[in-house]
Amino acid sequence: MTSPHNATTRSLVAENVTLGYDGRTIVENLSLDVPAGKITVLVGPNACGKSTLLKGYSRLLAPTSGAVLLDGADINSLPSTQVARQLGLLPQTPIAPDSITVSDLVSRGRYPHQSWLRRSTAQDDQIVDDSLAAAGVLALAGRRVDELSGGQRQRVWIAMALAQQTDVLLLDEPTTYLDIAYQLEVLDLLMDLNRTRGTTIVMVLHELSLACRYADHLVAMHAGRIVAAGTPSDVVTADLVREVFGVEALVVPDAIAGTPSVVPFSRHHRPVAGQ
Amino acid sequence: MTPRPNSTPEPVGASDPTPPISNECIPEPTLDVESGLRNTLDDKGSRVAHPNSASTTHTLRNRLRLRTVAVCTVFFVLLAALFTVTLLLGEAGLTAREVFEAFTGQAAPVVQFVVLELRLPRAAAAALVGVCLGVAGAVFQSVLRNPLASPDIIGVTSGAAAAGIVGVLIFRLSGLSLMAVVVLGGILAAAVVGLLAWRHGMQGFRLVLIGIGVAAVCTAITSYMMTKVELRDATVAYTWLTGSLASVQVGAVTVAAIGAAACLALLALSTRKLRALELGDDTATGLGFHVEQDRVIVLALAVVLTALAVGVAGPISFVALMAPHIARRLVGGTSLSLAASAAVGGALVSGADLLAQYAIPGQAFPVGVVTGALGAPYLAWLLSRSSSSRPGGNA
Repeated sequence: MTSPHNATTRSLVAENVTLGYDGRTIVENLSLDVPAGKITVLVGPNACGKSTLLKGYSRLLAPTSGAVLLDGADINSLPSTQVARQLGLLPQTPIAPDSITVSDLVSRGRYPHQSWLRRSTAQDDQIVDDSLAAAGVLALAGRRVDELSGGQRQRVWIAMALAQQTDVLLLDEPTTYLDIAYQLEVLDLLMDLNRTRGTTIVMVLHELSLACRYADHLVAMHAGRIVAAGTPSDVVTADLVREVFGVEALVVPDAIAGTPSVVPFSRHHRPVAGQ
Repeated sequence: MTPRPNSTPEPVGASDPTPPISNECIPEPTLDVESGLRNTLDDKGSRVAHPNSASTTHTLRNRLRLRTVAVCTVFFVLLAALFTVTLLLGEAGLTAREVFEAFTGQAAPVVQFVVLELRLPRAAAAALVGVCLGVAGAVFQSVLRNPLASPDIIGVTSGAAAAGIVGVLIFRLSGLSLMAVVVLGGILAAAVVGLLAWRHGMQGFRLVLIGIGVAAVCTAITSYMMTKVELRDATVAYTWLTGSLASVQVGAVTVAAIGAAACLALLALSTRKLRALELGDDTATGLGFHVEQDRVIVLALAVVLTALAVGVAGPISFVALMAPHIARRLVGGTSLSLAASAAVGGALVSGADLLAQYAIPGQAFPVGVVTGALGAPYLAWLLSRSSSSRPGGNA
């Protein structure tokens, strides 16, 4: 088994990838290095290709040209189990089987480290326990997933990704359908994971101000292209918000975090003269 | 969807002999998330001892395993009992001693014949068909993530039935040759559905819709055949179409048992694949599984199991739908148990066949009449519950 905790050496690179569905190209000839050991957040309007790019990184979608390289090797030609030990994935709407319990679900995160000869060991069970504890859901271990709240359920899925013990974790809109308290809880948990384990995190987020708070590296996409990439304070300006989202906005420092905070104009709400 | 307070008793706990998890064995959620993460950081054997020596996951896994073993034991014992009763009962009025002697070779030739050539194949066929249908149903429900799915929906049953009717009525087949035609007909129909549904991979929804179409064509063939034959032939054919164990033969049961054993062994080795597929294509891919390939493998094995069952006894309705449901409800807390589905399926068909033979004295039915009569109300009850709550919701 490869050692799962040398996160800083893991590299994930998209090289001139073209991605699409049924001959319809969404992302064309795009290149992007994911900085190792950092939190990268992909932002952009609906249908800009950010989820498609994430699917390319997670080998759910094979590029029609170009390649996604994990430590220099094409991710689509590496053995799938080997990739699964290094790169974890939380899809946008993960599916839990009816009546499955939390511990059963999270235990399946250990599958890449097992085979039909080598089943769950005490060590696997311990890792699952620790993952449940880290995500704050150990007390729910015996409960059924379908009777949990949305925030609890999302933390259970993150616990499953933690049990997979990968150096890279890809998440497609992990805060969708969650209220603000749960959004913060999930994002804080991911930041803990990044800061304590050095896990490289790539996620798609919709809320720009939250994205600026949590991102080390922010990538803004529009119409399948990368418009800007860098630290949130370098990247996020009123001009960028206009270019990417077609929305006028004030960009002011977040009063708590100091990162850029986007305050949009709307048809009924415009700044008073002189501001 | 709504969060339940921790004090609410677990739904399965009410009837569960094992006590619900108390707070003693599960620590409160770790508030110190960072230390929780650091714990797993250096977990390669060099960890400091965990405050709870037996891990929660381990305890819960063992509890689930115990419960699965208990359900399987109960139903396999029930199956064995029904099997024995099938051997003991019958018009010949044999005593238990005579039946026993038939097995040791000390009984009269007539008794030997009745027990070994008539009753034993029937009892074995009931168990075999039930096991095959129970497991096939569990695979379909889990892979298609639809609690109402069964092998019938992808045309395997109607394909096998149409082939069987053509075989019986036109080619006058019986025994092994009829079974071969039926099994191939079922596999062929499923293969047609699979190929038509294939478009960058196989999706459950398209599979079901195309399956309904192919099943309708097969049913039309069957109906056409039925209108074209003599009344006496039609009665024979219709009995077979309902699903009957009355005329099973040793050879057919033996061949089917060997095929089924191979499929069951391969499925048992594929349990991890099934459990990953249940999580959806994206998550399963993320866990390193080859989703399309794995799905085709397990569905093909389930199709062969179903075709073998139809080959032995004709299309017995509702067993593939009911058995996995009952197993899941009894085991609880997990989404798939092939062994429990097998045990429940075997007991269901064996019990239904006994009812079919002896429930109304002097009036024997095909076993499919009984499973249909029991299964239809069960399905209605299931649907009425799933409209108010989630399917497979709180028991």
